[in-house]
Amino acid sequence: MNLEIILHAGIATGTILLFATIGELLAERSGILNLGVEGMMLIGAMTGFSVSLATGNPWLGVLAAMIAGGILSILHAVVTINFQADQVVSGLSLTFLGTGLALVLGEGLTGQSPPLIPVVNIPVLSAIPFIGPIFFQEQSILVYVGYLLIPLVWYYIKYTRPGMHLRAVGEKPEAADTMGVSVYGLRYLYTIVGGCLAGLAGVTISLSVSPGWYSAQTTSGLGWIAIGLVIFAQWNPVRAVVGAYLFGALQRAILDLQGPAVILGFPNPLFANSNLGFFLKMTPYLLTIVALLIGSRAAMRQRIGAPAALGVPYIRGERGL
Amino acid sequence: MSNKRLWSLLALLLVLVMLVAACAPAATPAPAADQSASAQDTPAEEAPAQAPADTSTDAGTYQIPTTEEGKYNVAFVYVGPHDDGGWTQAHDQAREFVENNVADVHTAYVENVAEGADAEQVIRSLARKGFDVIFTTSFGFMDASEIVASEFPDVDIIHISGFKANGENFGNLMGSMENMKYVAGMVAGARAKADGNPKLGYIATFPIPEELRLGNAFGLGVEETCPECTIDVRWIFTWHDPVLEKEAASSLFDSGAQVVMTGADTPAPAEAAPDGKWGITYDYQYNCTNPQCLTSMYWNWGPVYANIVDQSRNGEYVGGWEYFDSDTGGMGLFGFGEDEELMPGVASIPEEDLAMIKETYMKFLSGELDRFDVFSGPITDNQGNLVVPEGVSLKQEDLDGFKEFGSECETCMYWWNENISAELPSLD
Repeated sequence: MNLEIILHAGIATGTILLFATIGELLAERSGILNLGVEGMMLIGAMTGFSVSLATGNPWLGVLAAMIAGGILSILHAVVTINFQADQVVSGLSLTFLGTGLALVLGEGLTGQSPPLIPVVNIPVLSAIPFIGPIFFQEQSILVYVGYLLIPLVWYYIKYTRPGMHLRAVGEKPEAADTMGVSVYGLRYLYTIVGGCLAGLAGVTISLSVSPGWYSAQTTSGLGWIAIGLVIFAQWNPVRAVVGAYLFGALQRAILDLQGPAVILGFPNPLFANSNLGFFLKMTPYLLTIVALLIGSRAAMRQRIGAPAALGVPYIRGERGL
Repeated sequence: MSNKRLWSLLALLLVLVMLVAACAPAATPAPAADQSASAQDTPAEEAPAQAPADTSTDAGTYQIPTTEEGKYNVAFVYVGPHDDGGWTQAHDQAREFVENNVADVHTAYVENVAEGADAEQVIRSLARKGFDVIFTTSFGFMDASEIVASEFPDVDIIHISGFKANGENFGNLMGSMENMKYVAGMVAGARAKADGNPKLGYIATFPIPEELRLGNAFGLGVEETCPECTIDVRWIFTWHDPVLEKEAASSLFDSGAQVVMTGADTPAPAEAAPDGKWGITYDYQYNCTNPQCLTSMYWNWGPVYANIVDQSRNGEYVGGWEYFDSDTGGMGLFGFGEDEELMPGVASIPEEDLAMIKETYMKFLSGELDRFDVFSGPITDNQGNLVVPEGVSLKQEDLDGFKEFGSECETCMYWWNENISAELPSLD
C-alpha cells in the first residue's frame, strides 16, 4: 500500500466525479435540480465510446459525448422550465431514459477497443516530490482539463457578471427577472451545460479512466454520488473538487488497504478480516446518504448555502416565494 | 409541494435508488433475450404473428422471454450481461451450442439478474411461462432455484456452482476448474520466475469454498514452478463489476504483482496489465486477446448442457450433484489447444518449464490427473498447519464444503495455501 499510488488513482477516478459534480452544481445554482446525471453520464460514455470506435478519433468521441449529454438535458429543461413540472420526477425519468437508451444503443460495444484519450506527463511539474507523481505523472489529458476547470468555475461564479446572474436566478428569480436577466434562458443554459459536463464525465470513464463499455455498470452509481457531492460541497466548486478526489481515492483505498498485514506498526484489520471490505464498499454511498439527509433539512440547507429557489419552478408574473 | 417536503421526498428516493444501485448495479430492463438466435431458427414473420398471444411479461424490471410451442424450451438466467467477455459469455456460447446442436429446441435468457429475491421472481416467471429446463448460472441463484424447483416439479432446474440438489428436478452442476487453475498457476509461476519478480496476485470474489479452492489450486500450481513466489489477494465482493475488477487488478499490479489471475467474470487482469506485466483471464475461451494476456482458463459448457437437455426431454434427468472433471472436454487453457498458438508471454517461458506445463496439461485432459491430484498431500496452509498429509488426498466434500453450510467435510475448504499472503476471518 502506497499513499502516492492511492491518490494518483483517486485523482483519475475523482475526475469523473469532478465533471459530473461541477455540471450538477451549475444547474442547481441556477435553480434546476437534475437527478438525471447517471442517465446522462451513461449516454455520454456510450456515445463517446462508439464515436471514437467509428472515427478513430477519441476527441471527436469526447465532443459527441458532451453533445449527447446536452441534448438529453434539454428534455429536462423543457419539462421543468416550460411546463414547470416536478424536477425530481423529471430528473428520475431522465435517468431511466438515458440508461435504457444507452443500453440499447450500446449493444455490441462490449469488448471493443477504440482509441483512448492519451496519458501524458507534465514536464517540470511532474518532478516535484510527492505532488508531482500524484497530480502530474501518467494522468489522462482529461484529468488536466479538470484541474483547469476548477479555478475557472470558481472565479466565474464568484466574480464575474454572468456568474452573478447565475446566482441571482437560483436565489431569487423574480428579482433577477425584474433586473432584466432572462430566468428561463439562463436556466436552460445551465441545465444544458450540466448535461454536457455529465456527458464529459461519462466519456471520461469509457475512454480514459476505466476504458470500455460495460452497459449500466460503466457508471455503477457514480452519477448519484455526484448529486450527493454537490450537497456535501455546499454548492461550492472548490469543495466539490476536494470531495470528488476524496471519493475517488476512497474507491482505490478500499482495495489497496487489503494488502499489507501490518500498517504503521498496527495489525491491519482489513487483512485479518476481509469481510470488513463489505462495509468499506458501502462507505461512499453511506456518505452520500448522510449528505442528502443534511440537505433535506430546511434549516440546515439554509445554513449550508443551498440556492433558495432550487427545485422551485419559476412562473413569470406570479408572486415569488 | 412545499420545499421541505420536496427535499424529504428527494432524499428518500435517492436512498432507494442508491440501494438499488448498490445491491443490483445492473437492475435495468434486460433487452428481450435471444433475438439473434431465434431469428435464425424461425421465420421472421412468425414472431409478430404470435405477439398478441404471448407477449413478454415483466418480473420486476426484468423482461421474461416467451416460449415457442412445439419445441423444447430452455431458459438461462445470467448474473451479468451476455457479452461480458467472461463467465456469462461462456454460458451464452453454450446456449448457442444447445440451440444449434439439439433438435427442436428453443433457448432464451434473462441477463443481469441480481442474486437473491429478484432471481427467485425471474426463475418463477420462467417456470410459469412454460420453460422445460432452466439453467441458473450463478452461485447466488442457489436458494432461489431450490424454492422454485419445489413449486414446479415438472421443470428441471440446474444450478451452476452451488452445493444443493433435491434428487428430483433440482440439480447442481460444476466442473473441476481447479485443474486449469493449477496449470495456469504453473504458467504464472514460470513467467514470474523468468521475469525475476516473485509476486503474483489473485482477484477473489466472495469467501466461499469455490473461490478458496480455485485460489489454492492456483497457489499449488505456482509452487510447482516457482517455490519462492507469493500471492497477494484482493477481495471485491462481486462476481461482475468491470470497473472494480480493473481497479483491483491495478491495485495488485501497483503493489508489485508480476502476474494477476482472477476469479471474477471479466478479462480485467489482462486489460489492466502494464507493459512487461501479465494477466490471466477466466471463463471465456476467446477473451485472451490482449498481448499482456498469458492464457485463459475457459469453460466449455455447451456439450454438457446439450446432454442435460436431452436427458430432461427423455424424462431421464435426475437432479443430483454433477461435477465433471477435465477429461470431459468441459474446460481448457487457451493457447494450448490443437489449433491455437501460445500467447507470446507463454511462448517465451524457459523450455524446461514449458515442457512440464504442457505435459501436466495433457495429463489433466486425458484424465491421468484429476482434481484429487491437485489437492494431494503434503499441503501446508499459510498458518503453518499441515492441511493434507503426504499420500492423502482431499475428498469431494472437502473441496466444496464448509461445515457451516451443513457439509460433512473433514478438512473443509477454509484455508489458504502457504504461498498466499492473506488471512481468513473466523467463521464463528
